[in-house]
Amino acid sequence: MARAALRGRLTWQLADVVESIEETPRVRSLVLRAPEWAGHRAGQHVDVRLTAEDGYQAQRSYSIASAPEDESLVLTVERLDDGEVSPYLVDELRPGDQLELRGPIGGYFAWDASVGGPLLLVGGGSGIVPLMAILRHRAASGSEAEMRLLASWRTAEDVIYSAELERLGGLDGVEIVHTLTRASPESWKGRTGRIDQAMLAEVGWKPETGALSFVCGPTGLVEAVASGLVALGHGPERIRTERFGPTGG
Amino acid sequence: MDAELVLDGNALAGVFGELFQHELTIARGTCRACGLTGPLAQARVYGQAPGAVVRCPGCGEVLFTIVKEDGRYWLGFDRLRCLEIRGDAR
Repeated sequence: MARAALRGRLTWQLADVVESIEETPRVRSLVLRAPEWAGHRAGQHVDVRLTAEDGYQAQRSYSIASAPEDESLVLTVERLDDGEVSPYLVDELRPGDQLELRGPIGGYFAWDASVGGPLLLVGGGSGIVPLMAILRHRAASGSEAEMRLLASWRTAEDVIYSAELERLGGLDGVEIVHTLTRASPESWKGRTGRIDQAMLAEVGWKPETGALSFVCGPTGLVEAVASGLVALGHGPERIRTERFGPTGG
Repeated sequence: MDAELVLDGNALAGVFGELFQHELTIARGTCRACGLTGPLAQARVYGQAPGAVVRCPGCGEVLFTIVKEDGRYWLGFDRLRCLEIRGDAR
């Protein structure tokens, strides 16, 4: 048991790009075949390393979008225009190319179906990616844990996984809520405005439920949501956060 | 410093994985300055390559620093008083 808990050394491995799916003009999902992949937990991430011809290397972390049960490993990457790695992954990488990665990485921002619910998932922009892995894991494992996802986007065009989220939202025990912080079309049926304490009180769980919250996004959103949840009476120990910033490029 | 440049201890999982067999982002650190105890994943992390400064989320004091260069690592301990590592964690 104790021996099984010890991991192998974190080493780099090569994965084949099977498919590159356009989610939005800025965001793509990379479907990978990684022969040495040893499995992951929903919410974990990988490090991706690019090596230039002159030997210069750039390395970034990306959340895994696929469920542990899925056949392929899927990363969803947003292009940051001044980034060193994401423009290549989104604009240049083609099926048949290889990608150097290592993982899975991180044991804190992770959820296993055996933990149960209820869960509040709050994501800002591509911060939804590890939360998608959690929702997919719930579906693939047959879990009945109650989950509410609150996703914040700038505009309706920025929404990723739109069709799949609509499908997941139709499952018993799953509720999906979107909010747009900038422009919203007249036909928009979701919420508008930044996530604040009032929105968390309406969409989230009562603290008495003992709900576990996973919050991922830019620092500003993460801090607003975490402090909002604490103000509503949720225990800090029940709130797990993961920040990403421009260094994620 | 620009708040958007702050990451958290989740970002250290890779470099920890290079050095340690146990999952250190879920290890609970205690700050000598304010006494707060919590998982390293929730500490504030400023900067990545070639080095990171890890601060207490409660009081902002420096818990430790980690620098990697040319295959060497320097871990500098400041206000990190104690680290509780679960032997059974993945």
